[in-house]
Amino acid sequence: MKRFPDGTSRRSLLIGGAAAGAGALLAGCTSNADNSTNNDTGQTKVTGGDNAAAGKTVTIGFSAPAADHGWIRAITDNAKKQAALYKDVKFSQVDAGADAPAQIAALQTLIQQKPDVIVLLPQDGAQLTATGKAAMAAGIQVVNLDREFSDAGAARLLIKGDNYGMGLAAGQYIGAKLKGHANPVVAEIAGIDNLPLTQDRSRGFKDGLAQYGLKVSNRVAAQFTVQSGQDVTANLLQAAQHIDAIWNHDDDQGVGVLAAIKQAARKEFFMVGGAGSLDAMEHIKNGDTPLEATVTYPPTMASSAISLARLIVQGKGMSDLVELQVPKQIVLTSETITKSNVDTYLPLGFKS
Amino acid sequence: MIDVASPAAASAKDTGWWRGDGGEPVRRNLGLVGVLVLLYLVGALARPDIFLHGGRLWSNELTVLTQASSIGVITIGMTFVMISGGIDLSVGALLALASVWSTTVATQSYGPGVMILAALVVGAVSGLVNGILISYGRMVPFIATLATMVAARGLAQKISGKLTQIVKVASFNRIAEWRPLGIPLLVIIFVVVAVLAWVLLNRTTFGRRTVAIGGNAEAARLAGINIRRHTLLVYTLSGLCCGVAAVMVTAQATAGSSDHGNLYELNAIAAAIIGGTALTGGRGTIVGSVLGVLVFTQIYNLFIVKNLQTEYQQIAQGVIIVAAVIIQQFRVAALRRPVPPGA
Repeated sequence: MKRFPDGTSRRSLLIGGAAAGAGALLAGCTSNADNSTNNDTGQTKVTGGDNAAAGKTVTIGFSAPAADHGWIRAITDNAKKQAALYKDVKFSQVDAGADAPAQIAALQTLIQQKPDVIVLLPQDGAQLTATGKAAMAAGIQVVNLDREFSDAGAARLLIKGDNYGMGLAAGQYIGAKLKGHANPVVAEIAGIDNLPLTQDRSRGFKDGLAQYGLKVSNRVAAQFTVQSGQDVTANLLQAAQHIDAIWNHDDDQGVGVLAAIKQAARKEFFMVGGAGSLDAMEHIKNGDTPLEATVTYPPTMASSAISLARLIVQGKGMSDLVELQVPKQIVLTSETITKSNVDTYLPLGFKS
Repeated sequence: MIDVASPAAASAKDTGWWRGDGGEPVRRNLGLVGVLVLLYLVGALARPDIFLHGGRLWSNELTVLTQASSIGVITIGMTFVMISGGIDLSVGALLALASVWSTTVATQSYGPGVMILAALVVGAVSGLVNGILISYGRMVPFIATLATMVAARGLAQKISGKLTQIVKVASFNRIAEWRPLGIPLLVIIFVVVAVLAWVLLNRTTFGRRTVAIGGNAEAARLAGINIRRHTLLVYTLSGLCCGVAAVMVTAQATAGSSDHGNLYELNAIAAAIIGGTALTGGRGTIVGSVLGVLVFTQIYNLFIVKNLQTEYQQIAQGVIIVAAVIIQQFRVAALRRPVPPGA
């Protein structure tokens, strides 16, 4: 083989060059910079009025599980962005680790730093209850986000979504639309089946359908991931040759559900989603898929939690309420988004 | 598949190859076909409207094959690794990394060709990294691929920002929609990969070397096989399979995600094992692995068409794995038994 003066063979030079080229090409491919204008300011908000005026500086400690899908990522993003809107809020986030014990350890460090208030989305409500109590005992206000503690005394404020209500809204929407159909086939695509939130949603869905004398004909459970959504749906569509309506619990896995429906070229039914992702809302708006509605479970609750945490520490109430302090518990209502109101909700849609 | 030179086959003159060592994979594969027939009968009892109706059965089985295709390709790569005496725990994570890398905004802007190329190159290069760690870094395969499993999943999360990267390139998504001659393209890819792998394992020196290294690495080395280089190639091959599967999964899901391929490593190992691939290396067939994948996918399908909860399906999978391993142990015990005089 012909060799260059330094002893490199032509082949190794070629392979090396190709490898370097491929490396450069691939490294360039990791960019996710999106040129489209992405206006998600709708997910955070400061209203005018007395409450917006800067007051005592509030240190907020925040902890939520690591983002494993769009919704939980939106929770953390919203909390950060909302905190940044206030000049009198200092925001410090601690990593929640992989599981409840890791989060407990992280929070113990946070409690030592004595923030004014901790906004906490627990890995597991029951397991973090003692930590919530410890923080309260140390004079730190605790705002419990979404996953409820087993003891109401462990938090100053609980703000959560309504899983049962979400299922109920989906069931009622489908029931109203299918009224008059003889023996309609209603399919349900749940999320991770052993989570209480999935069970609550399914219970609500059952009750909502029952109001119209309907019941679930086929039920499958995915894993809240796109791939699992595609997988269960591909099989579900084989199980039922004709379907009238589908409720899919989660818009993140819904990307896969819609893909499977398209791949099977099925369109005899309509579909209702869950959570309210931006992608789902765009499909509802464009009418390009069977997805014609979604019932919300808004991650904007994190933005609200930050606002309320600030008010609690500053001793202010919610300006439209008569009471001088923030209430003890807030349960968000699950709203039904359809083509007729989707434009109002689009700014609230989170990225999958 | 019949290896006349093997010692067990030497005594096969009286009994025929069927009872000898050479017929073992064939018997096992027929056993798996039997399991598939059994599953079909269960289906026919549970949902006669699907399983006894030609058109619906065809449609259902095409779905089973389509859903089996990506894990099938991964299992084929895993089969090579396991036959060579190794293990690759990183396959699911490599799939996720390749899917994310090929669906970033930047990659998508170059169109479907670059997206496919990116997935294949990322898969192969990651596999190469596994190979380097194991053959030149002298790491135990279990540890090396455990490390790359965690790292690749992490890198996939970093690149995607933990967002689902929806594929806006319609021609790429068509990979999962296109049905030339009524057969889904994904199934065709699966079949082509399986045929190529069968040829590679059974009809090339590469395949014979893989078996030799897994059977007895020291003997293979003394026979002049460059074990390091070969190990490197085997893991690269597994990585390349991950890249191919990443293209398939991404097109099916119409999105890239760091969640893709969750638990694929375990599913692939389980399918290879019930297909007769030995964890200790030196033994395994492509046909067995493909049948192993089909058994699992068919069970999954049966549970959904029968509207049963998935917990039972996981239990059924566990039972099948245990049964397969017990059968394998019986076989090993039978080989160790001294040959009776006059046999």
